[in-house]
Amino acid sequence: MALPINYSLRNALVRWRSTLATVLGIALVVFVFVLLQSLAAGIERSSANTGDPRNLLVVRKGSTAESASLITRQTLTEIRYFEEIARNEKGEPIISADVLALVNLPRRERGGEANVLLRGVTPRGIELRPQVGLVAGRWFVPGKRELVVSAKLAKRFDHFDLGDTVHTGSGQFTVVGWLAAGGSAFDSECWLDADECRSTFDRDMYSSFLVRPVDEAAGERLIQRIETDRRFKLKVEKEVEYYRKQTMTAAPIKWLGGFLAVMMSVGAVFAAMNTMYAAVGARTREIGTLRVLGFRRRAVVTALLVEGAFLAFFGGMIGCALAFYWNGYTTATMGFETFSEIVFEFRVTPKFVAEGLGFAVAVGLIGTLLPAIRAARLPVIDALKSI
Amino acid sequence: MAAPDNIVTIRNLSKIYLQGEINVTALDNISLDIAAGEFLALLGPSGSGISTVLHIIAGIDRPTSGECHVQGIDVARLNESQLADWRNQNVGFVFQTFNLIPVLTAFENVELPLLLTRLTRRARRRQVETALELVGLADRAKHLPKQLSGGQEQRVAIARALVTDPALVVADEPTGNLDSHSAQEVLGVLRALSQDAGKTVIMVTHDPKAAAFGSRQIHLEKGELTK
Repeated sequence: MALPINYSLRNALVRWRSTLATVLGIALVVFVFVLLQSLAAGIERSSANTGDPRNLLVVRKGSTAESASLITRQTLTEIRYFEEIARNEKGEPIISADVLALVNLPRRERGGEANVLLRGVTPRGIELRPQVGLVAGRWFVPGKRELVVSAKLAKRFDHFDLGDTVHTGSGQFTVVGWLAAGGSAFDSECWLDADECRSTFDRDMYSSFLVRPVDEAAGERLIQRIETDRRFKLKVEKEVEYYRKQTMTAAPIKWLGGFLAVMMSVGAVFAAMNTMYAAVGARTREIGTLRVLGFRRRAVVTALLVEGAFLAFFGGMIGCALAFYWNGYTTATMGFETFSEIVFEFRVTPKFVAEGLGFAVAVGLIGTLLPAIRAARLPVIDALKSI
Repeated sequence: MAAPDNIVTIRNLSKIYLQGEINVTALDNISLDIAAGEFLALLGPSGSGISTVLHIIAGIDRPTSGECHVQGIDVARLNESQLADWRNQNVGFVFQTFNLIPVLTAFENVELPLLLTRLTRRARRRQVETALELVGLADRAKHLPKQLSGGQEQRVAIARALVTDPALVVADEPTGNLDSHSAQEVLGVLRALSQDAGKTVIMVTHDPKAAAFGSRQIHLEKGELTK
């Protein structure tokens, strides 16, 4: 039979001063682990959450991102009347030829400069992206140098308030609206009229086409038709698939999170081991007494493991609580796909909390195992004679 | 073989410790019988071997040679796990330094040996309360050891030794850390255990006055029985 759980818990708490360093050490490990995972999840979500499953995205074959793709205007003329492409109520094909431009703009409060992705779109482009909506102001008028900026970017960049003027390229744009895109990649963009974008940045080509096929089967046919036509040299895939793959930025962060957590956990294991060796050393006679009363070695080992796991769990809770403080916090980083500022939210999910706590308990158990076995192996008579 | 009315039968028992490279004889071929219900005081100076005898009888140390039968069982032949179970069921311990668990209340300390039995929670509670009443500490059940006096701590330890109703209670200098008043109280309780409850009590002490509470005194010197 095991020792009462109270024995382990109270012993862990009664030495709170000596165990505090271990608890905080484990808290720090879990904090870093959960925070970096939630950061990566936020970045992933901003990409994975983007797009409409009905849409197809057309980019140049071989380009890894829209921003690196170039498609001629002639190609648009040839493709736009394909029968596989759906028409709106006016009979116009639902296709948007977008122009992407990267501009360097000043951050608010002298925070330096950063790249911002401008997307030149046609009215069809807005129609094709129902997850993007206005939260303030109005949409740009085609033919005018007007800009609709992401509300999240507006908080981070200078001259992004409504009515402000943004100087870029060969012209200047008036901010007429703020858009919101439900935490998707479009929350990291500014939209303007496609033709104005082309003329301002002297672009003769488009970056990508966004297309709504008539139906699923038409979509398959359209992919086949465009990709097999040697004149075009284009790649077509579902818009959601394209954005799901654009998670390159999150990968090194996830890796870093895991790496840091593992490295730090080695230190935390030694800290836990040190604490538990001290705890066991101070209680050798007590452990001897328990053995005399009839508790077997494994009961002693179990009690000490519970104690170590409890300490670590407590540390893990603190770490998770600290990480949770950042949940929903919006920040930005440079995306490796577009080399522009991508805005995202820290997302501390129940899965990360569970993983963090599991990680903490594992650290506690590993750190406690050796001291516990050492204590249990000590002959009863020697343990009783201990001072 | 153990005589039927003896709870402990010791024959030709020796214990030799290795201290560095030197053999130290703690017990030298002693033989001893202890009757059931007896209150035996083992008296001797430090290093005489009295504690070693007690530890071997109680199954927390092993002899180098010889036999030690307790209730007909040769305890030296039991393995670690068997010894743990045997100690729990047959022996109650009282230590000089009380050895209560500091983070557990008096009640929880006394309950510890019962956690290894199949008793229900209610039955355990009843037995713990009875044991604490027996030592006059029912009103201190919720106190932690640090909230008790030395004498009270030792009485809680006696309650813990009694709670499983063992046939044998061993006490290793139980009054060594107590003032004279508390020592008298504790010795009185041990004597009552023997006289009123029929328990066999084996007490190790350096103090002749404490030994006088026993129904029999045995002296050891340099590992040998002297009388």
